[in-house]
Amino acid sequence: MDAGSLNSYSNLKGQSRCPLQEQLLHRKNSKENMDRFIPNRSAMDFDYAHYMLTDGRKIKENQTVCSPAREAYRKQLAETLNMNRTRILAFKNKPPAPVELFPSEHSTASAHPTKSAKPRRHIPQSSERTLDAPDLVDDFYLNLLDWGSSNVLAIALGNTVYLWDASDSSTSELVTVDDENGPVTSVGWAPDGRHIAIGLNNSEVQLWDSASNRQLRTLRGCHRSRVGSMAWNNHILTTGGMDGQIVNNDVRIRSHVVETYRGHQQEVCGLKWSASGQQLASGGNDNVVHIWDRSMASSNSPTQWLHRLEEHTSAVKALAWCPFQSNLLATGGGGGDRTIKFWNTHTGACLNSVDTGSQVCSLLWSKNERELLSSHGFTQNQLTLWKYPSMVKMAELTGHTSRALYMAQSPDGCTVASAAGDETLRFWNVFGVPEVAKTAPKVNREPFSQLNRIR
Amino acid sequence: MASRTVAKDIITLRGSAAIVSEFFGYAANSILYNRGVYPEESFAKVKKYGLPMLLTQDEEWLEAGKLQRVVMVIMSKATKEVLERWNFSIETDSDVVEKGVSREKSDREIMREIQAIMRQIASSITYLPCLDEPCVFDVLAYTDTDVPVPFTWIESDPKLIANPQMVKLHSFDTKIHKVDTLVSYKNDEWDEQ
Repeated sequence: MDAGSLNSYSNLKGQSRCPLQEQLLHRKNSKENMDRFIPNRSAMDFDYAHYMLTDGRKIKENQTVCSPAREAYRKQLAETLNMNRTRILAFKNKPPAPVELFPSEHSTASAHPTKSAKPRRHIPQSSERTLDAPDLVDDFYLNLLDWGSSNVLAIALGNTVYLWDASDSSTSELVTVDDENGPVTSVGWAPDGRHIAIGLNNSEVQLWDSASNRQLRTLRGCHRSRVGSMAWNNHILTTGGMDGQIVNNDVRIRSHVVETYRGHQQEVCGLKWSASGQQLASGGNDNVVHIWDRSMASSNSPTQWLHRLEEHTSAVKALAWCPFQSNLLATGGGGGDRTIKFWNTHTGACLNSVDTGSQVCSLLWSKNERELLSSHGFTQNQLTLWKYPSMVKMAELTGHTSRALYMAQSPDGCTVASAAGDETLRFWNVFGVPEVAKTAPKVNREPFSQLNRIR
Repeated sequence: MASRTVAKDIITLRGSAAIVSEFFGYAANSILYNRGVYPEESFAKVKKYGLPMLLTQDEEWLEAGKLQRVVMVIMSKATKEVLERWNFSIETDSDVVEKGVSREKSDREIMREIQAIMRQIASSITYLPCLDEPCVFDVLAYTDTDVPVPFTWIESDPKLIANPQMVKLHSFDTKIHKVDTLVSYKNDEWDEQ
């Protein structure tokens, strides 16, 4: 622990700039507490509406005059425009013979309950609480916020990592690194919610035990520059560096570098393992998204990646795997791109692309509903909640006064924490309360039960 | 299971959905068999696999009026290039879905229409290019966007063929659901003369 920085903080204590303190009185202005009516026209597709209105009329007038060529063109146009109105689904279980095209992944999700229309829940437009986060680094490429499974939020402010326990709202300091090693560039909780990895500007990664506040080890030599992104897969810690390399580290063994994925030409800012732990999605400052598959490591292909997705036109930091549909990945582009794209990671096909109008900094899927939350930068710095798959905007949460760079989700899936360069950490009850007990699950259809069905 | 009586020829939404769904099952089998995607010996086994699950999901979507079309895609096993695309578009009478009225059409009439289509599928081997290489198939469903996706289905791209030849087959109509059949296939190089 650096005595110097301790002093600086104790000095600040008197000036009410303790990190992660509740901002109660001085921030309560009329802007924040008034319910705003935000007319939302984003759900109206004006182009489509215009086409339907005018073309529909034309048909009535010129019914006899339509030439086959026009008819075909009109159909083609309708087909293209209809792309956004139609979902195309493929049957998942591919037939066994003559060959299995796609390895069948047995979904571990519970039987999908058919829900009747649920009443719309109220999404609070302002943050539930706001905490002070001084010295939070305003850098798009870093990942300074993570919420562990033990319900403790870790946030890196400058050279220091703080832990905020959500159950009792207490703050503790985990570590402060030396100036020459810092600042901290990424934090990542291990799946057990107890161990935490801290990536530094000097390319090292420290592993800490939060229960005993002890450092366990330092991973050195995996990168040549700062480690801005990390992702855990059981005992493997995958780190992404400014050097464009992605390294799989087995934290249990001495020689921890197990594998290195090369492919990105610039800083790796987004890194996420799929729920099954089979695929890794990485996004870089080179505008490329790579999908890496563990089973391909031993194959003889010239490239290590399974897919290389180059459709984004700006850095891709926002990555999120869909919890209710395997092989569905959502990616968000930076300031020059501003789109959210959806991918089938089996085939590499782009399923949908939505223009959001501003830089996408982070993406989170809801665990309870079919919804996606995105955080944005200039100009509104808002969090947008989208209904999936229609991509209708359900809510826009404003409050941050600079780009909402970092987001994390609580373990119970109800609350989202966001942090921005305006040095605030805000909590939003955006995902609602999970259903306490799902109603009787849909009857599991056995494969051959329909064979003797009589109509 | 369909609540209709042969005597009165009344068709309800459920009955129509069942007819259409069963048609898909037969058509899919016929296509796979006639196009030689699977060798004859293994056909009985393959027939059971997957298709019943497909049918029950289709019925659900058909009854809700949310299924727009069903496409069976035949691809080369090696290159995964789409060689043939069997497109069944569905028009649902929205009145029936919303208000639950029923229609009248003779059962025999519908069966005759379906049989005509089945014969056309069988005879399609005369003009469709030979599938020399091992092939695999895929089934796509075009649904409305608000349909919840059961976990046996995943999102997909349309798997279209570039510059296809298209042949329109007969259609059949239960007065509640109208199904159009269209097969598009990749131009055989030998045809370009």
